[in-house]
Amino acid sequence: MNLHEYQSKARFAEFGIPVLPGKVASTPQQVYEIARELGDKVVIKAQIPTPNRAQMGGILFAENPKQAENLANSLLGSVIGGLIIRKVLVNPTISIRQEIYLGMTNDRTTSKPMLIASREGGRDIIEVARTSPSLIFRDTINPCIGLRDYQVRSIASNIDLPNEYWKTFLQITYSLYTCFVASDAVLAEINPLVITTDNRLLALDSKLIIDDNALYRHTDLAEMYDNDGESDQEARARAAGISYVRLDGQIGCMANGAGLAMTTIDMIHRYGDESIGPANFLDIGGGAQSKTVATALGIMLADPHVKVVLLNIFGGITRCDEVAGGILRALDETKANLPLIVRLAGTNASEARQMIDSAQLPNLTSTATLTEAARQAIASAKGMN
Amino acid sequence: MSILVNNDTRLIVQGITGREGSFHTAQMIEYGTHVVGGVTPGKGGEWVHSKPVFDTVQKAVDATGANASIIYVPAAHAADAIYEAINAQIALIVCITEGIPIQDMMHIYEYIQYTNSRLIGPNCPGLLIPNQVKIGIIPGYIAIPGSVGVVSRSGTLTYEIVYTLTQAGIGQTACVGIGGDPVIGTDFVDVLKMFEEDPETEKIVMIGEIGGRTEVDAAEFIKGYMTKPVVAFIAGNSAPTGIRMGHAGAIIENGTGTVQEKIQALQAAGVRVASNPESIPELLN
Repeated sequence: MNLHEYQSKARFAEFGIPVLPGKVASTPQQVYEIARELGDKVVIKAQIPTPNRAQMGGILFAENPKQAENLANSLLGSVIGGLIIRKVLVNPTISIRQEIYLGMTNDRTTSKPMLIASREGGRDIIEVARTSPSLIFRDTINPCIGLRDYQVRSIASNIDLPNEYWKTFLQITYSLYTCFVASDAVLAEINPLVITTDNRLLALDSKLIIDDNALYRHTDLAEMYDNDGESDQEARARAAGISYVRLDGQIGCMANGAGLAMTTIDMIHRYGDESIGPANFLDIGGGAQSKTVATALGIMLADPHVKVVLLNIFGGITRCDEVAGGILRALDETKANLPLIVRLAGTNASEARQMIDSAQLPNLTSTATLTEAARQAIASAKGMN
Repeated sequence: MSILVNNDTRLIVQGITGREGSFHTAQMIEYGTHVVGGVTPGKGGEWVHSKPVFDTVQKAVDATGANASIIYVPAAHAADAIYEAINAQIALIVCITEGIPIQDMMHIYEYIQYTNSRLIGPNCPGLLIPNQVKIGIIPGYIAIPGSVGVVSRSGTLTYEIVYTLTQAGIGQTACVGIGGDPVIGTDFVDVLKMFEEDPETEKIVMIGEIGGRTEVDAAEFIKGYMTKPVVAFIAGNSAPTGIRMGHAGAIIENGTGTVQEKIQALQAAGVRVASNPESIPELLN
């Protein structure tokens, strides 16, 4: 789960990371009030999780509260990178000497938390990694031992941080690590961590992504979830525990298990051409009951881009007869009559096929293999173009 | 008998009284697995499918001589169940549970290095030795005995591929699901090594996915150490970038994790890579 910048900053501050005073606003009037309170010159930052929002006009500077109000008026409600800006963070402006990158993440290769730093802060770190990888320094942390001073000193030295800042840098890095662990984060990032012209270290931007699997033990963080920018389909899928990602094509694809769902999409690409593609990735998960299947099908049928639906289920924990029940239920509820290609194999597949056959649906085609199902779905979609 | 298990494997089921635990215990017993009991805290003294239930793993071990455990415990309690099994000196621990927080798993990963236990999973379907032993949830009827070892990061995609092999008349020595989580106890290299050393296994099928670099590590291992032929399939060729992989993940891996890169590494190691899972049987010939 992604937290907004203002939420992450508040969390960082709780753990002792120095941040600028600031407030979040959702109307131009509020921005005006906050600017007056903070002392005239302010920066207005769109609360969207886009790495290059500054270059895309998501960060604006105002000389006075009136200008801040006007700028907020243009920013709020506008769209950057496909996301509607509903909130802005207002901070006082400061004068910067240097920008540093400081981040904590989980490294898959070593299965350990990893500290990452660079003296090239303030821009997209992936860009830095590509253009100047030698400027990025990393160290893994043994989770049973925790972060040690020497690791932070080593990073400080590597990024050429002047010695007078080491003590503060050590405190900030420890706070970041503590926050990362205590929040069950998968990413905790300060970009940039700045050195101001009056020699302070400050977290100017902050990013915190929480492990969804750990939200059950962080009700305070879970409450911060903001469904801004989430479509109806995505919200319905999330509520039903379905993994759903909208894609560009016209064949709605549903499978059980992420690997099988990805493979189903891959097969559409493999046998299709430029004009045909999957409309979504959808994984109903393991052991889905007919209700989940009906919801999943309903989500796809509600998408106007979907012209054909392909269901690929290999029953293990999931029982194919439950899936068939869900299909029939959804078709009955929605009265949908678009072509439906169904491929059921595994646990109770023959019972499922019997259920489907006896329903005698003219728009439903049963296939035995995945290849056949993909070809069939593509042919149907093409026939409709 | 194949890899990971043998005739002395005595299995307990952690979470045996739960809905899934109970259901799959019956399936495993029916398949021929030597299930000696189960554990559910507070339900010691009960019986499930004629197997004794104990309050703790240690009590189950003391009473039954169990040396393997399968975990069907809900995610919030699964890490604790793994520690309990490790500390009762269970040699083989298979964790089916999906959704264990990554920080819990990183601690377990570190801790287990200092013990003699091996963990498979979490978030995996377990393992199956056709017609002999099943520890997990892989449907038994999809597999037949033979000489191909199957190792996979996926669940249902594994069933799909094993079933495809079976229908083509190609039997398996073992099917091992290592799990799809970022932190897992046993990786491709561990299982590839077992298959390389297993006299019954002649060829190997490896099923990977986008994300991480475990398939690239596997490719390096295959190139350096393996003599047996390997056929692979990698899912997610058309997955959009950036959806699953977070920023920092991409940095650490220096842009690794795409299907193309994994395929290139595997092909450079002499692995035949299938573009369609249903074409794997042809590539094994």
